[in-house]
Amino acid sequence: MKKSHIFILVIIAVAIGVIITTAGDSSTYVGFTDAYQLASSGSTREIHVVGELKKDNSGQVIGIQTGADRVSFSFIMVDDQGKEQTVQYNQPMPTDFLRSEKVVVVGSYKGGNFIASKILLKCPSKYQEEKVNA
Amino acid sequence: MMHYFVGNLGHLFVITSFVSALVAVFAYYKATVSADVQQKNAWLLNGKIGFYVHAAAVLGICVTLFVIISNHYFEYHYAYNYSDKKLPTYYLISTFWNGQEGSFMLWMIWQALIGLILIHTNKFWEAPVMTVFALVQAFLASMILGVVIPGLEIKIGSSPFILLREALQNAPIFKSQPEFIPPDGNGLNPLLQNYWMVIHPPTLFLGFALTLVPFSFCMAGLWIRKYKEWVRPALPWALLGGAILGLGILMGGYWAYETLNFGGYWNWDPVENAVYVPWLILVASIHTMITYKNSESALKASIILVITVFILILYSTFLTRSGILGESSVHSFTDLGLSGQLLLYLLFFTLAAIILSIIRWKEIPTTDNEIATYSREFWVFIGVMVLCMMGFQVIVETSKPVFNAISRLFGGEGNMAPKPDAIVFYSMFQLWFAVALALLSAVGQFFWWKKIDRRELMKELLVPFLITLLLFVIIIQLIHFQFGLNTERVVPYLIILFAGIFTITANAKILFSLLKSSPGLSGGAIAHIGVGMMLIGIMLSSGYSKVVSLNNTGMLISKEFSEEFNRDNLLLFVNQPRTMWGYEIEYLGERLEPRHHAGFIRKSDVNVTPDKDQVVAKKDILLNGKKVFAAQDTIAILGENTFFEIELRKNNKRYTLYPRAQINPDMGGLLASPDIYRTVSADLYTHVSSVMNPSEDHDWNELEEIKTRLNHEFFANDYVTVLEAVDRVQTVEGVSLSDQDVAVKATIRVKGERGDYVAEPIFLIKNKMVGRIPDEVNDLGLRFILMNIHPETNEFTLGINTRQKDWVVIKAMEKPYINVLWIGTLVLMTGFSLAMVRRFREFKKMKEKGLE
Repeated sequence: MKKSHIFILVIIAVAIGVIITTAGDSSTYVGFTDAYQLASSGSTREIHVVGELKKDNSGQVIGIQTGADRVSFSFIMVDDQGKEQTVQYNQPMPTDFLRSEKVVVVGSYKGGNFIASKILLKCPSKYQEEKVNA
Repeated sequence: MMHYFVGNLGHLFVITSFVSALVAVFAYYKATVSADVQQKNAWLLNGKIGFYVHAAAVLGICVTLFVIISNHYFEYHYAYNYSDKKLPTYYLISTFWNGQEGSFMLWMIWQALIGLILIHTNKFWEAPVMTVFALVQAFLASMILGVVIPGLEIKIGSSPFILLREALQNAPIFKSQPEFIPPDGNGLNPLLQNYWMVIHPPTLFLGFALTLVPFSFCMAGLWIRKYKEWVRPALPWALLGGAILGLGILMGGYWAYETLNFGGYWNWDPVENAVYVPWLILVASIHTMITYKNSESALKASIILVITVFILILYSTFLTRSGILGESSVHSFTDLGLSGQLLLYLLFFTLAAIILSIIRWKEIPTTDNEIATYSREFWVFIGVMVLCMMGFQVIVETSKPVFNAISRLFGGEGNMAPKPDAIVFYSMFQLWFAVALALLSAVGQFFWWKKIDRRELMKELLVPFLITLLLFVIIIQLIHFQFGLNTERVVPYLIILFAGIFTITANAKILFSLLKSSPGLSGGAIAHIGVGMMLIGIMLSSGYSKVVSLNNTGMLISKEFSEEFNRDNLLLFVNQPRTMWGYEIEYLGERLEPRHHAGFIRKSDVNVTPDKDQVVAKKDILLNGKKVFAAQDTIAILGENTFFEIELRKNNKRYTLYPRAQINPDMGGLLASPDIYRTVSADLYTHVSSVMNPSEDHDWNELEEIKTRLNHEFFANDYVTVLEAVDRVQTVEGVSLSDQDVAVKATIRVKGERGDYVAEPIFLIKNKMVGRIPDEVNDLGLRFILMNIHPETNEFTLGINTRQKDWVVIKAMEKPYINVLWIGTLVLMTGFSLAMVRRFREFKKMKEKGLE
């Protein structure tokens, strides 16, 4: 066996290792019900939940509360299965949060509360904005 | 009045740039394939004209857009959305690339400039290289075309020149008033109003543009069967690209460190990764190209890597702009509806490059020699592979949303979420790869400059190894003494430290011998020393970073906060010193930032107005010891920013920190930015973590009434206070006065610990009713009310309220030896630049010989 073959084998082994660790123990997007079950079964791992902000009939976002320290806030999120949950976030509201059409929260349950450590947004095309500050 | 002309002109420039790029592609293609010299020259001239027109049009686009922005034509969507009238010129420039369209233009103008340089410097390669160049430019121009194909209803590109009413077609105001022009724009995101954001994007896009040059030479080489010759002209550009792209990444990291409050310079966010991976592969390709130049091996590897770099640049453009990262990145761009076009751009060049390589693969010369273990090629090759693995590991994880999308395309579930603890996950791999790189570059350098066997290698390495051991022991002792060795992760840290020192000493030995013989060749050794320094800097600043703002009062800040928050944060009241990090620390109050002057003004010295960007001085205001504003002057400020002046004292020395809180209605809350106190051995990184709510009413203590005369001293909450004047005023903010009404303003001067304060309460009689408008001295927690006037005795009754003093909660972290990281990156860039200078000299020689 030539040295270059050994070399290539090592590279392939490392590459496979990388792929396995990336895919392995990879969390998936879940709903709040599953997330709650995970947490009550003792898992403290962070989970990704996808959903939307709760809105009233006229499309206004409702249920936003600013925290006592003013650099945190909480909001009501509806996951893809339609379950509502109050989510707490220990940081200020991200840009365009209220305009987002989809929200991903990364975090875990502590008691009955979902504490997000990260919020990711999917924003609509900015061309849909319909407000002009006259 | 609507300014239609300038927008139409801009649009014309866009179309011209697109068409002329296509013309240049065609002409240069013809020039490459024509055998006849005369025809070739004719086509070459056409191509050149085409590209010149294109470059002029691109310049025209940029100038036109800048005219729209700088003249505040808010009828245009771009100006309205990203700028406002208050922005200073240098931020108007950054408005330019705030939108995606502008950043495409930035990319185009750099590439147009580089194209012009290539046309004028390299006659031999002009035709085939510029064919590739112009084709890329045509793709980029199509991104801002903004043309709808009739019949198909397919929109190509998103134009920066659309009017606001075209962008917001459903806005009711345009239905009634089509000619409506908003009086002011939305403004630039305050977070981006930072000098780094003025220079970081152009640097990054210059780096992007530079990667096109080696790619074009490589493609041209394959195309015209000059399989070896393309490497020479491509190399200096690749080196320049490596330096500039690296610098751009560094600037981004430095901006994050200075502006965002997550406490670091690198967050492994997909947007960051999308630039980091191409840079790694670019560095790898530089190594194979240099190896090829020296020993005729690694040509195929160079071709593969150079192509990969450019494709990765296109891939990262696709990732960040198509909106696909929406569910995994904190700051990916919004989707402009260009995903399809971006995908086409990516796939076109990927397929074209792969197909061309496959067709020509058999013809590419190779060496059959087995690589010997004690040859430099072997070591460089392992290093290159490690770089590729680093890139591979990052791109696999970053691409999860793409895998999801592909899986969904084939009916799969596509539900893979990114790792929640990205930093731990990436660092685990990247650090060990980096250690391998450091060790390889230490050993490899000796092979590079000499043909040696194992015995000689041991001899050569002995001295650096011993020096490394010595330094290693000394530094461990220092770390132990300064921070205490972290037992939990001590083994990895020691290995990183050792690898870093080893690569520095080994490369330093090479550097010294090179400096004696041929200093021009020292770029490589210097760059490797930079890498070693970066490694040590990262290990020390991140591994030994610790919170120093520990709550040492024994009391909770608030029961509403978490245990961790109460432990790691310090509550500071105005003028009440505490101790932290061996310093006496004291909060002095809220400060505002004047727009047109350097320095800060006390919030207590001004009255606010309805315009958040304007305040009125209550007294003469000094900045840096000079009187800048007189009492009653209106001062333009940056209204969204509040600074918190915090003084550190030790051994009679004083340092002042101004951490910032930005009130950003878009962000629904407060955005804290740190201030960094730099010492040689560590940075003190401080940001506010909780502040008082300005809209909340304070709890005032019981009113104390004092009867006094003008210019008589009295005490208000133990501060010496004087009523200086009582004057009749004609206007009162927020109150309409008629002829019968009377308003009187008192001027009260309070002598605080740090200078005087002025309070101006107002007493008024309106419609025969008494009204009293109190005034506050925030820094002292004092409020004055002019209760009553006794003309018969020339006396006045003042009401004085006190309250809890103003406070702020801060968090501070120590980042030891972070300067080693910054210096290391600069050393790395210097190495790149030296290597580049050397390669450009080579090119000059070739040109003088008439070979290129």
